[in-house]
Amino acid sequence: MTTVIDRVRWPLLVLALVLALLLAVALGTISLAPAAVWNALLGRGDPAAITVVQVLRLPRAILAGLIGAGLGLSGAALQGTMRNPLAEPYLLGVSGGAAVGAVLAVALGVGVVFLPIAAFGGAVLAVAVTFFVAHAAGTRGDARILLMAGVVVGAFANSVIMLILGTAPSNAVRDAVWWMMGSVAAATWSQNAWLATYVILGGGALLLWARQIDVLALGDDTAAALGLAPEAAARRIYAAAALVAAATVAAAGLVGFVGLVVPHIVRGLGVRQHRPLLVGSALAGAALVILADLAARTLRPPSELPLGAVTAIVGVPFFLSRLRRLA
Amino acid sequence: MIRYEDVVVRYPGATRDALAGVAFAAERGRLTAVVGPNGSGKSTLVRALLGRVPVADGAVRVDDVRVTEHGHEKMAKRIAVVAQREELAFPLTVDEYVALGRFPHLGGWRGTRAIDRDAIANALARAGVEALATAGRRVQELSGGEWQRVRLARALAQGGEALVLDEPTTFLDVAHEMAAFELLHELTREGVAVMLVSHQLNLVARFADEIVLLHEGRVAAAGAPEDVMQAAILERVYEWPLVVTRDPAVGAPALLPLRVGRRA
Repeated sequence: MTTVIDRVRWPLLVLALVLALLLAVALGTISLAPAAVWNALLGRGDPAAITVVQVLRLPRAILAGLIGAGLGLSGAALQGTMRNPLAEPYLLGVSGGAAVGAVLAVALGVGVVFLPIAAFGGAVLAVAVTFFVAHAAGTRGDARILLMAGVVVGAFANSVIMLILGTAPSNAVRDAVWWMMGSVAAATWSQNAWLATYVILGGGALLLWARQIDVLALGDDTAAALGLAPEAAARRIYAAAALVAAATVAAAGLVGFVGLVVPHIVRGLGVRQHRPLLVGSALAGAALVILADLAARTLRPPSELPLGAVTAIVGVPFFLSRLRRLA
Repeated sequence: MIRYEDVVVRYPGATRDALAGVAFAAERGRLTAVVGPNGSGKSTLVRALLGRVPVADGAVRVDDVRVTEHGHEKMAKRIAVVAQREELAFPLTVDEYVALGRFPHLGGWRGTRAIDRDAIANALARAGVEALATAGRRVQELSGGEWQRVRLARALAQGGEALVLDEPTTFLDVAHEMAAFELLHELTREGVAVMLVSHQLNLVARFADEIVLLHEGRVAAAGAPEDVMQAAILERVYEWPLVVTRDPAVGAPALLPLRVGRRA
């Protein structure tokens, strides 16, 4: 029983991503004719246009796409493995830990150079602490315990952030808050290259384990009956998903709601098994964040809106409509 | 094939052992039924087989090897288990769900081969759920009975030398329940070891080769249906007045619980 949506969903997702990329490269505060954009992409014509397209817009769009793909992959994997439609990449302490690292770097005045490394380190450390807390609680890899441990670590991170910001100079506070709202404005090719490494390696691992996620989504007893050691499998998946999320946070701060909403969008297109769900979430996430960034930099020029705010504004109504359909 | 050797399972904080030295075997070509009151340890037996509860003493063995040594993957290729508890957080079609039974036979990347597709089609047909699959029904939309049959189909698709089912006929109507028991009987004729946890004493008495009656984590009685289905034993275990009569059609022992409120 194939419906229209079954036939068009993949062309639709690919088209959305290609269209988003084209728009992000073509549009901006400096208006360029389509022909000029094309020539600039090929490195021909007006040097100023080449700079705008190749140095400003393209790496930025690619970074936004990588962020969206990473968050989509991470969210889809976590929701399935945790059997929780509300799971998202920033659980497990990723956002809190990254924010502590970032705020600390900014407050110490080394934010310009060390912020991404500090954020990444903070995120990885916080995830490790979350795993340790859940393990110390004694239950064998129970997703609910892990979620609660993530919440506890997040709350602790928040209090640390407030303590640091409470004693930091005001410009440092502003920098830190801006970072936490997410931005891809400072995109560079080298940054894109290392983020792509994380997204491809982590996403590849998640794709390899996609069938395991299908099985884990049936509960631990059934997963065991089907030949999977559920706790070990879940731990591997959590670690890969958290690593991808941490890399995105280090590159662009907190971009909320994407990892939560995107898997639901793709499920709404009738994708149920996790391998296509992961691929679809990567495509849809990339398209969504590219478009959100386009909106963030063009809606109120010359200043930019925080990327995290735009994704949340797009995400909330969508999520509400999904909730209505579920109810 | 599956052998429980004086198995002791202790849940943390529990007042008594969930299993306090249970010993019996489920052999190939036989239908072994495990019965007993709620909380007597039936599901714990299944979870011990899956390695989901730590065995404090004794051992669960499959062909003389401890299940913990087999590992999940090797076990799943030989024994299909339908546990009592199962969660479904996200929608799946009947087809997709039954296909998950092939999980132990697939690698990480490889798609389903002809042998997998045959197993799935065969399982759908034997469990009588082909129509649900071709209609593209979602597992979440199924009735309780349809859901049970689809779960049985998943186990059949998994295949193997043994089939272990924890209360597989709970929500089935009379016809589907009989069909399920006939199917299990058929599987034993093909040499499969079938281990069945059930509350349907009267059906078990007609179909099982051996009944294991559990009571408070111990085997209260075990043997042929004639030996286990005795009023004195069942009354003591279930703590309810009952009589054991004869099934008028086939002569198997049949249990008839009595009313207590208005008997006096």
